[in-house]
Order: sequence, then C-alpha cells, then structure tokens
Amino acid sequence: MVNYVPVLIILIIAIGMAAIIIILSRFAAKNRPTREKLMPYECGVEPVGTARERQSVKFYLVAMVFLLFDIEAVFLVPWAAVFRGVVQSGPYQHLRYVFYGEMMVFMVVLFVGLVYVWRKGILEWNR
Amino acid sequence: MTNLLLEWIIKTLVILLILVTAVAYVTLMERKVMAWIQMRVGPNRVGLGKFKLWGLMQPLADGLKMIFKEDIIPLQANQWLYVLAPAISLVPALMTFIVIPYGSEITLFGRTIELHVTRLNVGLLYVLALTSVGVYGIVLAGWSSNNKYSLMGGLRSSAQMISYELALGLSIVSVVLYSGSLDLVEIVDAQRGFHGLAWNIFHYPLLILVFVIFYIASLAETNRTPFDLPEADSELVAGYHTEYSSMKFVMFQMAEYLNLITASSIATTLFFGGWNGPSVGRLPFLGPVYFTIKVLALIFLAMWIRYTVPRFRYDQLMRFGWKFLLPASIVNIIISSTVILFTR
Repeated sequence: MVNYVPVLIILIIAIGMAAIIIILSRFAAKNRPTREKLMPYECGVEPVGTARERQSVKFYLVAMVFLLFDIEAVFLVPWAAVFRGVVQSGPYQHLRYVFYGEMMVFMVVLFVGLVYVWRKGILEWNR
Repeated sequence: MTNLLLEWIIKTLVILLILVTAVAYVTLMERKVMAWIQMRVGPNRVGLGKFKLWGLMQPLADGLKMIFKEDIIPLQANQWLYVLAPAISLVPALMTFIVIPYGSEITLFGRTIELHVTRLNVGLLYVLALTSVGVYGIVLAGWSSNNKYSLMGGLRSSAQMISYELALGLSIVSVVLYSGSLDLVEIVDAQRGFHGLAWNIFHYPLLILVFVIFYIASLAETNRTPFDLPEADSELVAGYHTEYSSMKFVMFQMAEYLNLITASSIATTLFFGGWNGPSVGRLPFLGPVYFTIKVLALIFLAMWIRYTVPRFRYDQLMRFGWKFLLPASIVNIIISSTVILFTR
C-alpha cells in the first residue's frame, strides 16, 4: 500500500499547480471587460437563442451501450492478468479449458449483445 | 521512511518539471513539423538577443504572452464550473506519468535510484482511469461556457471518448494476456531479453494488429486529427475551449499535449519495450535516452498523421469505432488467449 503515497503527493502538487495557474491568470493581466467581450462567442454576430437546449438522444444511447461494454472490459482485465499463469503452470493447470471456456462463453454473449445493438440501429448516426 | 518520502517528492517534482518543459517543446515541435510538411520554415525568430537559435525560445515567449492576456469569464457562463473545468482536465493529465518506468536503475551520490516514481500493481488500470477522468473537464468546459459551439464540442468529445475508450481498454487486454501483469515496471522487465530487443511487438507478431488498434484509439482519446471533432476549428470554432482565454486556455492545451505524451509513453511501454534497447544492461543511463527517442518517434507519427489525413465526418467516426475497432479488439483477445492456451 505504501507505493500509493506518490499518487497522493502528485495529486497535491498537481492541484497546487492548477490553482497557481488559475490565480496567476486572474491577477497578472489587465482586466477591462466590455459587454461584447462577455457575450458568448458566435463568430461576431449577436448570439441567436440559448445554449441550454435539448440535445440528441443518440449521445445518451451511446453512453448506455458504453457502460455495458466497459463492464465487460472490467471483467476481462483481471482474467487476462492471471490467464498465462493459470494456463501454462501452477496448481490449477488441469482446469485450464474451463478457465478459458468460461470467458469465451462470456465474450460470445457480449458479442451477441453487440450484434443486437447493431441490428437495432443504435450505431447508425446518419438516419 | 523520511528518506523514501523525500525521494518520492524529488522524483515527482523532477518528473513534473520535465513534463512541463516537454509539453512546451512538443508544441514547438508540432509547429516545426507542420511547417516542414507544408514546405514552410516555421517559427525561427525567437532566440536570445542576437542568436536566433532556430526559434528554440518560442515556447517561452508564447507562455509569457499568454500570462498577460486578459482572462475573460463570460457573463452567462456558470462561473465555478467554468473556472474548475481546465483544472479537472489538467490534474489527471499530470498524474498519469508517475507509474511509467523510464529506466532501470542508476547510482547517484552512492544511492541506487530506480528510474520510476512508483510501481503500482494496477498501474495500467491507474493510467486508464485517469485518462477517463480527463473527459469530465472537457464536458464541463463545454457545458459551463454556455455557448452552442462549446456544448456541441463537449458532447461530441464525451461520445467519442467513451466509444474509443472501449477499443483502447480491450486492446490493452491483449497485451495483458501476453505479459500476465498490470504492473508497468514488470511489463517492461519482461521485454529485457535478446540484447534488450525482446520487445513485445517483435516477440508476439499478433500484437502489431493490437498496436494499430491501440494507436488509433489513443489518437481519438487525445482528440487529435483525424479525430479532432470536439474542437473542429472549421465548424465548431474551437469546440469546448471557444470561450477560454489566457492561462485557462493554456491549461487545456497543456492537458492535450500531456495526454499525447502519456499515450505515446504507454504505447512505448506496452509494445516497444519501454526503456529497453541495445547494451542498456551495461550502460543503465541509456534507458531514459531510448525511452525518450521512442516516445518522440511516436509523437512525430501522431503529428505526421495530423497533417496528412483529413478529418472524419461524425457518423464515420462513430461507425469506425463501434463497428470496426471494437469487434476487431474482441476478436484479437479471443485469438491471443487461444494462442496462449495451446502454446507452451
């Protein structure tokens, strides 16, 4: 666990750096705001409408599908990390086909899931 | 314990100093490479007094200029999030580098110093997790600016990054299958043999495919052309950082280039043997040199791609990520694990 101390050290230093940069930019430069400067930038014309509008639901669906497959990746990583050790040596070598087959079944299920999402047209963006 | 703590703090500070300098000079390198590819000269004026030094002082001049630019917070922006967003994307970008090994160990002042700040047994996951946190900064910047272009940029960025993160994560699984560890130090140590040339990519030819997937996905993760839709200059002005000026803009730029450096370093570590190279066993100081050369070569490759390939259209981008890279990386895992199962 002691190896995680540098993570804390660099977190503190990095936050300090970010804070210094933000404060520096606040005080180093002259600040002469005008109405035009403080408007949302829209290529020089008066802003049309507001930016707080509803957005396409496609972004939402992609995030949902991402969650499903990201969990797949999370399950795969620990399996991958010990796979070689289990399969090529060690006390559980006689179970290597089970160890391999189980994950293959899991991946086939997820592959079917991808095909389903695909066929449902969630991945089509130009409809 | 105090010694160890001191060593960590010094190493962290040195790494941060090197990283910040590297970011400054990678921006100069980008401008130079762009200029050469477009048959121009590039920045060549800023030097020390009479000495032009091929424009080597350009980053310094840019930095000074940016500090004295007016810092604008738009009236309609969400003030707190607007100020916080660049910090959220910069801090994780700075934090990734501590787990990457850049050499074996050297003896300095009678002390053996290992050339990595720390080793985590989940090092690879740590890097992946931090690169995902960076998305929050971009999304928050896009939303809090209260500007349509920024909002579109932020949304595109989040959709794109989560799509390509899958391909990135799954292509890393293939490497983990071969190396059997998530500890980056261990992954590099495993590539030591054969005069320091037993790099993963030579040892397991299948990883060439994985590297291509990883590299494309990491270009998308770092928002570089051909995947720079979040900041597409010609349609979204500058995307999520349209409203940012002064040092806040610099923070986004720093985060972007830091992510590029991190992605190249991870690619080096996973596929190209990290700091390994000829006669590095006898001369340990060559480790950081080899590491830097490899990372710079990969950064150059990214720049080369940037000025050669046009930008994707959005639907092409999503189609490529979901319908090609994702299935390809899943198939790669299946093939890799089968190969490992049947070889001794």
